[in-house]
Amino acid sequence: MAYSFPEEVLEYVFAFLSSDKDRNAVSLVCKSWYEIERWCRRRIFIGNCYAVSPQIVIRRFPKVRAVKIKGKPHFADFNLVPEGWGAYLYPWISAMARSYPWLEEIKLKRMVVTDESLELISKSFKNFKVLVLSSCEGFTTDGLASIAANCRNLRELDLRESEVEDLSGHWLSHFPDNFTSLVSLNMSCLGSEVSFSALERLVSRCPNLKTLRLNRAVPVEKLPSLLRRAPQLVEFGTGAYSAEIQTDIFSNLVEAFSGCKHLKSLSGFWDVVPAYLPAMYNVCSRITSLNLSYATVQSPDLVELISQCPNLKCLWVLDYIEDAGLKALSSYCKDLQELRVFPSDPYGAEPNVSLTEQGLVTVSAGCPKLQSVLYFCRQMSNAALIAIARNRPNFIRFRLCIIEPQAPDYLTLEPLDTGFGAIVENCKELRRLSLSGLLTDRVFEYIGTHAKKLEMLSIAFAGDSDLGLHHVLSGCESLRKLEIRDCPFGHKALLANAAKLETMRSLWMSSCSVSYGACKLLGQKMPRLNVEVIDERGSPNSRPETCPVEKLYVYRTVAGPRVDKPDFVWTMDEDAALRLS
Amino acid sequence: MAHENELNLKATELRLGLPGTDESEDMVSIAKNNKRASPESVEDSGSKANSAAKSGDHETSSASKAQIVGWPPVRSYRKNNLQSKKAESESGMYVKVSMDGAPYLRKVDLKVYNGYPELLMALENMFKLSIGEYSEREGYEGSEYAPAYEDKDGDLMLVGDVPWDMFMSSCKRLRIMRGSEAKGLGCAV
Repeated sequence: MAYSFPEEVLEYVFAFLSSDKDRNAVSLVCKSWYEIERWCRRRIFIGNCYAVSPQIVIRRFPKVRAVKIKGKPHFADFNLVPEGWGAYLYPWISAMARSYPWLEEIKLKRMVVTDESLELISKSFKNFKVLVLSSCEGFTTDGLASIAANCRNLRELDLRESEVEDLSGHWLSHFPDNFTSLVSLNMSCLGSEVSFSALERLVSRCPNLKTLRLNRAVPVEKLPSLLRRAPQLVEFGTGAYSAEIQTDIFSNLVEAFSGCKHLKSLSGFWDVVPAYLPAMYNVCSRITSLNLSYATVQSPDLVELISQCPNLKCLWVLDYIEDAGLKALSSYCKDLQELRVFPSDPYGAEPNVSLTEQGLVTVSAGCPKLQSVLYFCRQMSNAALIAIARNRPNFIRFRLCIIEPQAPDYLTLEPLDTGFGAIVENCKELRRLSLSGLLTDRVFEYIGTHAKKLEMLSIAFAGDSDLGLHHVLSGCESLRKLEIRDCPFGHKALLANAAKLETMRSLWMSSCSVSYGACKLLGQKMPRLNVEVIDERGSPNSRPETCPVEKLYVYRTVAGPRVDKPDFVWTMDEDAALRLS
Repeated sequence: MAHENELNLKATELRLGLPGTDESEDMVSIAKNNKRASPESVEDSGSKANSAAKSGDHETSSASKAQIVGWPPVRSYRKNNLQSKKAESESGMYVKVSMDGAPYLRKVDLKVYNGYPELLMALENMFKLSIGEYSEREGYEGSEYAPAYEDKDGDLMLVGDVPWDMFMSSCKRLRIMRGSEAKGLGCAV
């Protein structure tokens, strides 16, 4: 006897499911649940824009209000993906403009966004509210002007870390005088000066503004005026935090900051002059997030500031903080959850600061809630890694970059296998791991054995043979993203674990030893994968089959080989041999 | 052959690079000689536009490794931010120093000094004179010479009134004045 709740009831219940995993599970129960669910799904996350096509998405989910799409592979951040590889937004926008007139949110990461796309967005979605462009490129400030001028209900405009061709600061002045809905504005990546009076007026008339991240061009003496107009701010990013010290600027700053009783997050601080840092001391006790990664100040000044922030949860800082500063951090900031230490002199051969493995050991010992770390340093030891692992079994993200490739344990000159082994063995909830230093196949054996919750693994200049890769592919049950560069891995592990690749989002291998012939074989064997050979030396057919390819990007897809490939990308598949002539 | 060893052909070999460096560092020696960090030469056009403008000012502390594309994994905008800062911080903060009656001017790097005492001592040594003690009330009362500086607004100021950091960022040039002329440059302003 077929019975069920009325559709409306099911739809009502499903509305409480926000996680994609839950909704996907629900849609597998039976055909009617699949149908009901697909009509009421409002938010979609597409982790790889080439895994699916806009048409397929729209066909299945006709009433979407919010999309989040990711494009290029992560290693594009470090210039490993050649310009023109892909990840174009326009096809998505043009399809969605027709089918999702009520679209409200677009969040993108590593996509190529053109002014044309931005203009189309601004004109197609009447209720458009949120635009987040994270690490995107391809657009100019003219595109921003379209958004400002036409999106009457815009709440968020966040350009974090995007590369924008900055034609002028005039775009900001395109927000109409009756536009008051802004909640969040992040323009920190822009170079040009915007009209300050336009900015002041915008801030004044948007009472719900909670996040304001300025760009470097806004000088410190102008900050008080903005802060006074937005005392409700929760997140604030300064511009260049330097000027000739004048007492009246300083006291204005102090007063303005004091008026912001809700500030939790601070960033910016380009060109910071230490004497201006104390202006913020009044708000420090409430600060939970501090991004000082552009602040080129010395450890004592950093410690002065940090010591005022007992509620700090997230700190991004340059290695000027040094071991001594990290020791202070570990004693003042017991709530710390995330730490990122960036290198001030990544290309210098000699250390310019006194930051070693000891700093990380100290923080891992002193901060019981620390769960996410990104740490650049110049020396590491197995002993330190073992200590860190024992101190902090609750790590979920551990990204260590020892600046010298293949640097061994500096005390014993051994590989760092046992150190990283301790990390994966102790940190059972580890979801993301980046390796560095001298590593043999052994570390991959440890990872395959223990890192059962690992979802993303980054490997560089490591391993001895295919056995290493095999350990990872066969052992890491939760693996979704694997990125490898400059490792002696060939095709054996890949081909032996080809099926694994369909359970993952993507695999990147560059400067390894995977032959063209192997890539073809993989493409033929696995029709639901796109096996992309990226090679700027010209067609791989012009070289022997045994010749390794420069770069390989493999990802699962239901959309087939993509049609927007540049001339240095080839998709391996059944017809590969025929097409590539 | 022993004969070849005696000739020490390697020592007389024509190569680009500093003597004593071996083959594997040749390519790198070029970079070292030029004292330029050239990340832009090994990276994609993406960061070239930004880096190119700064390539003239680069100095590396000691670039003894050929740079690998995309390593260490630091994003372009971070690198650019640091490079411009490095260029500033390594190029020194040289200001002209004139002394009344001296035939030519000198230059000092303010970054080298940690505070006023060191700077004044260096000036005393450089010009073979004595400047004496600073006091807020009297300036350098009683000294043969008094140090003054021109600030960003072009005003002539007495050295020592403001905190060292503030002085460093506002001092455009130094002038050592005769004590007799310096009267009247005291703090009463």
